[in-house]
Amino acid sequence: MSHDETLKESLTRNGVSRRGFLKFCATAASIMALPPSMVPAIAAALESARRPSVIWLSFQECTGCAESLTRSHSPTVEGLIFDAISLDYQHTLQAAAGDAAEEAREEAMKENWGKYILVVDGSIPLGNPGYSTIAGISNLDMLKETAKGAAAIVAVGTCATFGGIPKANPNPTGAVSVSDIIKDKPIVNVSGCPPIPVVITGVLAHFLTFGTIPELDELGRPKVFYGNNIHDRCYRRPFYERGEFAETFDDEGAKKGWCLFKLGCKGPITYNACATAKWNEGTSFPIESGHGCLGCSEPNFWDMGGFYKALSQPAVDVSQTAAYALGAGAVAGLGIAALNRKKKADVATDHQTVTIHDLRRNDPSKTEAEDS
Amino acid sequence: MNSADFLLWVRGTGLQIATVIFVFGVVLRLFEILTLGHKKNLAVTRGSGFKEGFRNILTRSLPRDKNTLRRSMFTIVTGYVLHIGLFVVIFLLAPHISLFEGIFGFGWPSISTPIVDLFAVLTMIALLAILYHRLTNPVLKFLSTKQDYFVWALTFVPLITGYLSYHHLFLNYNWMLGIHILSVELLMIFLPFTKLSHAFTLFIARWYSGSMMGEKGVKS
Amino acid sequence: MSEASLERGIAALKEQIDAPVAAFFSSCTHCGMCADACLFHTETGCPTYTPIYKVEPMRRLWEQEYTLLGRAKKALGLSKPITEEELEKWQSKVYNTCTLCGRCSMVCPVGNDITGMIRKMREGMSAGGFAPEGLIGASERAVEIGSPMGVRLPALKAQIKHAEKDTGLAIPMDVEGAEYLVLLSSMEIMNYPEYLHAITRIFHQAGKTWTLCSEAFEATNSGIQIGSSDIAAELVGRVVAAAEKLKVKTVISPECGHAYTAIRWEGPNLVHKEFGFKVQHILEVLDELRAEGLLKTEGIEEAKLTFHDPCQLVRRGGVVEQPRNLLDMIAPNFVEMEDSGVMNWCCGAGGGVSANEDADKVRNKAFNRKKKQLESLDIDVVVTACANCRIQLEDGLEINEMDIPILGLTEMLAEHLKEDKPVEEETS
Repeated sequence: MSHDETLKESLTRNGVSRRGFLKFCATAASIMALPPSMVPAIAAALESARRPSVIWLSFQECTGCAESLTRSHSPTVEGLIFDAISLDYQHTLQAAAGDAAEEAREEAMKENWGKYILVVDGSIPLGNPGYSTIAGISNLDMLKETAKGAAAIVAVGTCATFGGIPKANPNPTGAVSVSDIIKDKPIVNVSGCPPIPVVITGVLAHFLTFGTIPELDELGRPKVFYGNNIHDRCYRRPFYERGEFAETFDDEGAKKGWCLFKLGCKGPITYNACATAKWNEGTSFPIESGHGCLGCSEPNFWDMGGFYKALSQPAVDVSQTAAYALGAGAVAGLGIAALNRKKKADVATDHQTVTIHDLRRNDPSKTEAEDS
Repeated sequence: MNSADFLLWVRGTGLQIATVIFVFGVVLRLFEILTLGHKKNLAVTRGSGFKEGFRNILTRSLPRDKNTLRRSMFTIVTGYVLHIGLFVVIFLLAPHISLFEGIFGFGWPSISTPIVDLFAVLTMIALLAILYHRLTNPVLKFLSTKQDYFVWALTFVPLITGYLSYHHLFLNYNWMLGIHILSVELLMIFLPFTKLSHAFTLFIARWYSGSMMGEKGVKS
Repeated sequence: MSEASLERGIAALKEQIDAPVAAFFSSCTHCGMCADACLFHTETGCPTYTPIYKVEPMRRLWEQEYTLLGRAKKALGLSKPITEEELEKWQSKVYNTCTLCGRCSMVCPVGNDITGMIRKMREGMSAGGFAPEGLIGASERAVEIGSPMGVRLPALKAQIKHAEKDTGLAIPMDVEGAEYLVLLSSMEIMNYPEYLHAITRIFHQAGKTWTLCSEAFEATNSGIQIGSSDIAAELVGRVVAAAEKLKVKTVISPECGHAYTAIRWEGPNLVHKEFGFKVQHILEVLDELRAEGLLKTEGIEEAKLTFHDPCQLVRRGGVVEQPRNLLDMIAPNFVEMEDSGVMNWCCGAGGGVSANEDADKVRNKAFNRKKKQLESLDIDVVVTACANCRIQLEDGLEINEMDIPILGLTEMLAEHLKEDKPVEEETS
């Protein structure tokens, strides 16, 4: 596979017909939520698109994101798109190791300076560079160096997008996200723990088609995939409206498929395509399996007060705080009470009996009238 | 700060701060009131002040005579809608109950969300009517201070933000929910130090006046 | 002799502020319902007469002196102090346009006893020298002469003579060990001597012993109206001393509203001790006599009549059923006024308003409320049980050219007294 080969050439070489190619373009359009009228434009763009170089850096991560992507079954659009890129560095997947691997990265960078796509999974430790290194290079240095020549960066997974589990309280490594470090490159955040495979490939398809990154939400995520709320798209929503909640995982409500809000479902604050794209070749998503959404595509999802604590419950222990405040209020109350009582006792002590001779103020005009 | 950080803050630190000030303020105000003392009544009483005090706590919530009802119709009707509405919205919405459950360790049944939603709308209409009344009625216009308008807003904002966040309107849900929680926290912070303190001091006020009148044999 | 000053006024208010006041101020939501209940507002439409606004200076003082935040604001110079100018301005609100009638306290949804607070506000106003001249004069006469209207003992004695002549019965004076000590209001001595005639005959029929006291015949209490507990205590003290000296069982407050409040409810608290005798309003006594079968009437009052409930009797005193029981005996054509009983509208002259010339204009305007009530009834006679209400009703009806006679309930009952000899006359 050469970098000069277009996607069409690559597909042809893989035995994909013109018809199959257009079908792929239609699927790509639907992934990106584009109207069918866009299909010819996509086809034209993809036909002439050069296979871009992709460098994939993995930092503090669990490889779950790469697993999510590679476990998607072929033949899929995801697979097709991966055929359409030149994955020049991915240390889990690549055959090369050690110096050779690093050389591959450097070479890819040099050859495609300013044009390659940088994919990152995992967070970057700032606490001590030694927490995570690759070939002796700290994650921070490698990210900064590799980002310099990138056309765009795709942060894959919640660790790379928001710090994820490494950043969870008390964040021992001082983990941060890619966007916390890189400020001068377009970054697409594909969050999720892991992200939905089609979402990763959808972003790449968009880049291949338009040469730009898709429209993003305030958290830097493609609106196409993260524009909808799990709660809004949840098939159990009617139970929420009716106030029918499962109270435990094995009660009647759970068996009847009632809303999991009280069992800690974070659907209402989670933006992802799970409820529509679903997982495992469109089989289901967690709520369909009877478990609440963890909110894994959202920042701080690990610290939202507990997976099994209802969203409306405090993320912290309020009772203890309230008890202290009660004590403080009582102390302040006793203090002010003592001052008030003293004030009242003082005015009572100083009270001069009011007689009929004390009913007028020292107002000369009035006193004269009184005297006369 | 992104919406998630904001939401986490209002559900965590923000709530802690609000709770501290709220509880502190309520306890302080109770001490401020009760420790001022009340002289023992030496007159021979006709009825039990204690009993009549408690009776007054309950009966003051019922409509007075029909002429008072007629004369203060607007205030009374909007007052009922507002207070019943607030009760339903605060105490019968499932997520709110689970909040109380999280704090107190026990909950109670909720009612269906669209009904709560209806009450929220009615409550907001009542509040708007109350504001209109305050701005146009000569007595209310005259009596009203900046604080009156401030506490009106303190009450209205949690309702409107709660409504908007439930319907996923206007802003992203997470921001809206965060703003909703924050607005309730502001309400909690200011409640003990503004006239909103009537939410708890009214029981003391009713008790005192009820018992003072009750001792004279007057049904208050 | 010392004199009034702003400082004394503020100190008096500080003394008055207690737990109920703090609870009331904490609970007011500025809903304005008290204004709808106050005849000075309903009849003038003037928002400054809103009852709760009448105690606004006291509210600020409470905040500044007795709350943590208020104290802090005061220390930082952020609060508005109470000034002489302000209290001078407040005089008309506190004295001219409030009869302490208590309707506002009945309707307040949070249960604030606003009237009680205005009464307290008057403590500060009087100690500070902000009371109206009319009430100062009345207080001076009450303390120095023994009656706010300047009625002296000889005047009473003259009336006693008349009454004895008319009734043919002796009117006891300074009799030790009598069951009842009867008090009078100056207005009854001067304007309505019928009251004295009536009770003389009623007690005679009932066979009850009673007495007047030459040292304490006046029931009214200007100290209550001007709002000075010290002066009120001095005046009540005379009654207490008389009752103790004559060893009576019961002191009877006459047909007067505030006198009843002064002796029955404030009295023991003013002299700081529980009374060794009972205090009753004349209507309570009459109703007891009725229940015991000692009050016997004959004939009926043909006229269509209504009863004007004096505020201090119903709302502030708890005497509601008694007049109705009594009217039941003789008045089949009795009709209730709208809002009767505890919600009755004030005549507009109570609480010292009638003693305060500055309030004449607004008092007459406030009477429109009573006028409307009476007009809607089409009645021949108004009965009441308070001489002050009675004067105001007479004045007001005259100004409005309404020809309806006003009667005191006691005297009306006496007119229907069954003329038979009391069974126990000799033994009593």
